[in-house]
Amino acid sequence: MSHRLGTGGRLIDRARPMDFTFNGKSMRGYAGDSLGAALLGAGQVLVGRSFKYHRPRGIVASGAEEPNALVGLGEGQRFEPNQRVTTTELFSGLKAVSQNHWPSLEFDVGAVNAKLWRFFPAGFYYKTFISPRPLWKHVYEPIIRRSAGLGKAPDAETRDADRYEQLYAYCDVIVAGGGVAGLKAARQAADEGKRVILTEQNPHFGGRAVVDGIEVEGQAAEDWVKAQVAALQAMPNVTVLDRTMVSGVYDHGYVLAYQRVADHTPGAEKPRHRLWRVRAGQVISATGAIERPLSFAGNDIPGVMLASAIRDFVVNYAVSPGKKVAIVTNNDDAYRTALALHAVGVTVPAVIDARKEVTGDLPAKARAAGIRVIEDCAVRYVEGGKSVTGVQLCRFNSDGGAVIETLACDALGMSGGWSPVVHLWSHCGGKLTWDEGRALFRPDANRPPLGHDGQGFVTCVGASNGEFDDEGEAAMLPVWLMPAQASYELRAKAWLDPQNDVKVSDVQLAAKEGYASVEHTKRYTTLGMATDQGKLSNINGLAILSDALGQPIPQTGTTTFRPPYTPISIGAIGGEARGGIFQPLRKTPIYDWHMAQGAYWEPVGHWRRPYCYPKTGETHGDAVKREINQVRKSVGLLDASTLGKIIVKGPDAGRFMDMLYTNMMSNLKVGKCRYGLMCNENGFLSDDGVVARLSEDTFLCHTTSGGADRIHGWMEDWLQCEWWDWKVHVVNLTEQYAQIAVVGPNARKVIEKVGADFDLSAESFPFMDWKEGKIGGIEARAFRISFSGELSYEIAVPASKGQAFWDKLMAAGAEFGVMPYGTEALHVMRAEKGFIMIGDETDGTVIPQDLGLNWAISKKKEDFLGKRGMEREAMVSPDRWQLVGLETLDGSVLPDGALAPLPGKNDNGQQETQGRVTSTYFSPTLGKGIAMGIVHNGPKRMGEVIQFQSAAGGTVAARIVDPCFYDKAGEKQNV
Amino acid sequence: MLLLTCPCCGVSAEETEFTNGGEAHLKRFGPGSSDADYEAYMFARKNPRGVHFERWRHAYGCGKWFLMARDTMTLEVYGAYKAQTTEPPADIQAKIKARRPEWEGYK
Repeated sequence: MSHRLGTGGRLIDRARPMDFTFNGKSMRGYAGDSLGAALLGAGQVLVGRSFKYHRPRGIVASGAEEPNALVGLGEGQRFEPNQRVTTTELFSGLKAVSQNHWPSLEFDVGAVNAKLWRFFPAGFYYKTFISPRPLWKHVYEPIIRRSAGLGKAPDAETRDADRYEQLYAYCDVIVAGGGVAGLKAARQAADEGKRVILTEQNPHFGGRAVVDGIEVEGQAAEDWVKAQVAALQAMPNVTVLDRTMVSGVYDHGYVLAYQRVADHTPGAEKPRHRLWRVRAGQVISATGAIERPLSFAGNDIPGVMLASAIRDFVVNYAVSPGKKVAIVTNNDDAYRTALALHAVGVTVPAVIDARKEVTGDLPAKARAAGIRVIEDCAVRYVEGGKSVTGVQLCRFNSDGGAVIETLACDALGMSGGWSPVVHLWSHCGGKLTWDEGRALFRPDANRPPLGHDGQGFVTCVGASNGEFDDEGEAAMLPVWLMPAQASYELRAKAWLDPQNDVKVSDVQLAAKEGYASVEHTKRYTTLGMATDQGKLSNINGLAILSDALGQPIPQTGTTTFRPPYTPISIGAIGGEARGGIFQPLRKTPIYDWHMAQGAYWEPVGHWRRPYCYPKTGETHGDAVKREINQVRKSVGLLDASTLGKIIVKGPDAGRFMDMLYTNMMSNLKVGKCRYGLMCNENGFLSDDGVVARLSEDTFLCHTTSGGADRIHGWMEDWLQCEWWDWKVHVVNLTEQYAQIAVVGPNARKVIEKVGADFDLSAESFPFMDWKEGKIGGIEARAFRISFSGELSYEIAVPASKGQAFWDKLMAAGAEFGVMPYGTEALHVMRAEKGFIMIGDETDGTVIPQDLGLNWAISKKKEDFLGKRGMEREAMVSPDRWQLVGLETLDGSVLPDGALAPLPGKNDNGQQETQGRVTSTYFSPTLGKGIAMGIVHNGPKRMGEVIQFQSAAGGTVAARIVDPCFYDKAGEKQNV
Repeated sequence: MLLLTCPCCGVSAEETEFTNGGEAHLKRFGPGSSDADYEAYMFARKNPRGVHFERWRHAYGCGKWFLMARDTMTLEVYGAYKAQTTEPPADIQAKIKARRPEWEGYK
């Protein structure tokens, strides 16, 4: 049984005990412990259940590669599932719960799956639940989802109580990994005067060297590391970050580093995680290597661990996984574990070595210490259920039929050799090469990931580069299966991926069924698809696959290494972008006033515009009706500041305007306004708005609120890239002006009352003219344009005067009952007039001709953007859907987007249709539902009644009518 | 995330400061052009695995459009140049040829 040793533990402080709970049970560890160490120290070997068979699982590793020991941490707003106990620092009051079991960790109903293992082979779900197809969605999937899965998602009603932040940084060199190789690399770069960021994922530096107690540059590793870290911290050009993992390397030296600032001090006034967004000149990967497990039957039983992990627990935390710990290996390094255990008084019954003859220095030391070494031997089967009770041994080169000995032990350390951590090399396309002697993939220095200059920008050093300090060690023997010719019974109990329950027999079955690609095999068997992403399982798995396919390992290759190296929190990815600062908000100069009036907001791009201004007791619908009635009857104000305002200026401005707009703009007189359409080169309608000619060489283009930036970019594109010799420039002045529409029969009276220094009469300032002057003492430009059908002045004033001007209009309008109106009232009034709205009547496939706008398409102009596109066969076809008005026979409001179904199916097997609703509202002016829509050959079918889908699921009859429902002659706006 | 340098203002910045505008050096075909020419102009785009010429705009910087020769496979940037050109500058073409001898030219 695992236990705490009486002395030792280089990272723990026995003077500071810390209490925590696991599944509600109180336990005690020490400051400096990982949660994993504290659990093992408290005798808790069983920590979870596996994904598929719900088999008992214990801790395998000591770091980020841990596949089994995942727990839910914290409670309520701070609950987080799937946390690795080996990388979780212990703190007082920590609460952990195990996962994937019911009703309890010790007694689990799902474990019955394990008894049925023969019926859960590779690809089980694909094979079993493939038919009948309709059952998948409602029967199979929900059942599978309930029984599978790891941790539970946090409760949907909780909100993460913690704070996260992001930080941008720039450096010449970022070093990932604070072991000896990383420290040396950081020091060298720092001494050369480079800006260096050194990151170490653990709270402590030194990597394996400090655990194994080697000498570095004539000093004890522990002392050397301390001195180096202190020296680097003192250098002004170096940033040293512990608890920080480089999670991914991206194009051109972009690096994400994930700093766990306050995981170990929850509730502290610090951001919990910080994501460093680093642009680095060079990335140095000093990420070390991960020990490989061995594949033998029962290698998933709690108490079977990596030999190096056992060493870590003993040396760092004074925790032993058992009282009698056997070791199984194919290399010399594992003898260090045997010696470390022996040194602290833990019995090592034997080191089981697959090699025929064991000759290295380390085995010699072990033998000298009295540790038994069994050569040419394999673990045949691990005995035990929820913990190891013993191991059966057999000859390595056998099928495991003959047991040569059964060894009593309560834990087993295994070592199958080492795999360099090449993730950061590979994220951006660095290639690997197979090292036959050490049986590992290491970076191929000739094929690095390339930066913007075509040069490699990642370098691997130390064990991450396949360089090991293994002088005096004998060669390892590649072992992918133990015993070498293990029978099917044994292979079906030999785990490759313990989290996802993938066994040697599953990969072999996949190969037999034709899965020759490692990527396909991965997805079919789920090998390496667990949260550890195959850090332990991949090399063993692809070796088994290669063997089954009868090809060498490098020919099979590896699966793709993708960031992040280990999971990073969603909170860190979001950073500060939550709540009010999730995205920037654009506010008009009158925003605060709207807010004070209790406006109900509508997002329009990044703008917020008042949808309506509900008064106490009013529904939004009531407010919209009131606002429309007021405008139609008297006068209302609209904050139209979001409208795009782009200046086009220069000697060639007219020529350029004629290319941008479908209609003629160059002949517009100074002082006049004209409605215009813009199309893309396909001929599809892209934006619309009123153009005012300010002077001979200056046009002001009004665009839609959402289209201003896009259209400005569009103009720049053509001017810079196609007609760069034309003398024109464009400026987006959208935010320089507040624009207020004064609308309604009393509009002129309101402005007169505010006082204009120019004549407002219809004779001197007719419809579609604009004038400049002072209104209420404020410089203003007034446009006599109307989107509502009423007498209307849209008045632009400098943005800084917007609120003052609005206040003057409100005060002057009081006697006429003036009210602000919102976007919904604007929409209803424009629909009553049959005016189109970009985004409602258009969807990127509609040409102006579809909307009855032929009058705005010049026949005289030789060219304009979209002209060629409109000439295409499908665009001139008489069979297009075209704009009409729609009136339901019962006066009801048609559902938005409703289709007009026809009998029969099209070539894709879909219902035939003949039109759809594009805008639909209740019109308070007409007291009934009105709509616009596009209908097949619509304008030729006036008066016809056709069916549309109704909200209730049936159909509703509507009559095709003229799209203009209100004042078709335009008498009201032209006064 | 690519690291790009705007040839107009000289700023090196994150890819997110720029917008991509698709293939460079297209010839516009307007009214009077054949269906085939119009189709090629509007829809037939190169999608090479290797050397590619692209339009980019320093949208959140100086606002200028520029052109860039880039390798879609290795992400190497061979060079960026002003949009007001009808073909890639000779020095950039020479650089590409030196780096990718098998390259057949920009056409």
